[in-house]
Amino acid sequence: MPSSTNAITSGTVTLFIGTRKGAFILKSDRTRRTWKLSAPIYLGHIIHHMVCDPRDKRTILMAASTGHLGPTIFRSTDGGKTWKESTAPPTFRKRPEGEKGRTVGHVFWLTPCHANEPGSWYTGTSPQGLFRSDDGGATWKPFSSINDDPQYIEWMGSVQDGTPDGPKLHSIIVDPRDPKHLYFGMSGGGIHESIDGGKTFAPLIKGMETVEGFDASVVTYHDPHCIRLCPSNPDRLYHQNHCGIYRIDRPSTEWVRIGKTMPKKVGDIGFPMVVHPRNADTAWVFPMDGTTVWPRVSPEGKPAAYVTRNGGTKWIRQDKGLPRSNAWWTVKRQAMTHDTHNPVGLYVGTTQGEIWASHNEGSTWTCIAKHLPEIYSVEAAALGR
Amino acid sequence: MRIHIPGALRSYTGQQTEVEVEGATLAQALDALDQRFPGIRFRIITEQDTVRPHIRIFVNDRQKFHLAELLHDDDEIYIVCALSGG
Repeated sequence: MPSSTNAITSGTVTLFIGTRKGAFILKSDRTRRTWKLSAPIYLGHIIHHMVCDPRDKRTILMAASTGHLGPTIFRSTDGGKTWKESTAPPTFRKRPEGEKGRTVGHVFWLTPCHANEPGSWYTGTSPQGLFRSDDGGATWKPFSSINDDPQYIEWMGSVQDGTPDGPKLHSIIVDPRDPKHLYFGMSGGGIHESIDGGKTFAPLIKGMETVEGFDASVVTYHDPHCIRLCPSNPDRLYHQNHCGIYRIDRPSTEWVRIGKTMPKKVGDIGFPMVVHPRNADTAWVFPMDGTTVWPRVSPEGKPAAYVTRNGGTKWIRQDKGLPRSNAWWTVKRQAMTHDTHNPVGLYVGTTQGEIWASHNEGSTWTCIAKHLPEIYSVEAAALGR
Repeated sequence: MRIHIPGALRSYTGQQTEVEVEGATLAQALDALDQRFPGIRFRIITEQDTVRPHIRIFVNDRQKFHLAELLHDDDEIYIVCALSGG
């Protein structure tokens, strides 16, 4: 959910679900206890992310590709009833003949720009690229200089340095107080900040650990998985990293590893990170097994969320209602989100195609959809009429 | 010449399986196709003008790798989705 929408809401919740085989929309009643699933949208397409614009509550953008065809973005301006394709999807600059240029493999992340910039969006791609649209997602252009900056290209590393299905630029964050204050993350390639509207970016990696044996001063070796800014205190950010859970309180430039207080047999490795919309001390993670060869499943086959209510000093297990054993799934970085009700609702999409919901901030969980394809992303919104 | 459209791209052509276009090169033929059906070219050709990894293009019975390939009016162009995926 975009970070600028933190006011208490009530009424229905709509979940936008991206899967490996298409998109789905799941709508609740006002109590959030009864849910209705849509027919698949663009069945067979790989949908990495689907986001509803919090500024008009009608526009939805969907990052899509297929096993064969190149990447694109589909857009709806009527709440998902009809869809059109972007006429100029994100592309890297065409290189002169004989030079090797980069090509967008897939669009991975979508972020609406600042509330004062209606119709404008950012997107992050694989391999790492940053793009912007100023016409509601119809056309896209490279944003900032990082896509062609030799230093950034070096920090992005090679395909061998990235995640198994391609290195990614993700977690594009706009400070709700200042549209020129931006963050993004790269897997791999660290966390970066701009205070001049994207004209320049600089690494923000101090305090972050790397895999044993790798030099933590080298930006390339850093792999943030998911970064979130607290809407109730935009100076505080949390992030789930390849090497632990971190928090930063600006203007400090040093991340603090807050995951060491997690139970040792669970560890603090995972992908998603969720922050409370109105309480910056409260955040959730969904750990996975990051030992040995990185099985990327729930630790011991027992999935659970963990919540901190004091900025990471202490973590509490939240597994009531979730499978007690033999649940060998996990949750991808874009597949855990929240609504803005009171109490906050949490939503988790699993790699085995289930949506689990909690309407009491993680105290209890219920499966609200199953038998979907592998879930890549879940976003929640209060859709307009 | 005639371009044969695979199933995965027929949403662009209104389900037409074959499309007549003109062009002296493969690049021009694909540009002509894209003018009639906007967006179709980028799904098969990258921004660096290379054929995407799981797409193959044949002219008559020969696979072609470069967009500068010269064409004749009676050529048959086949866009093929490779057998891959899962």
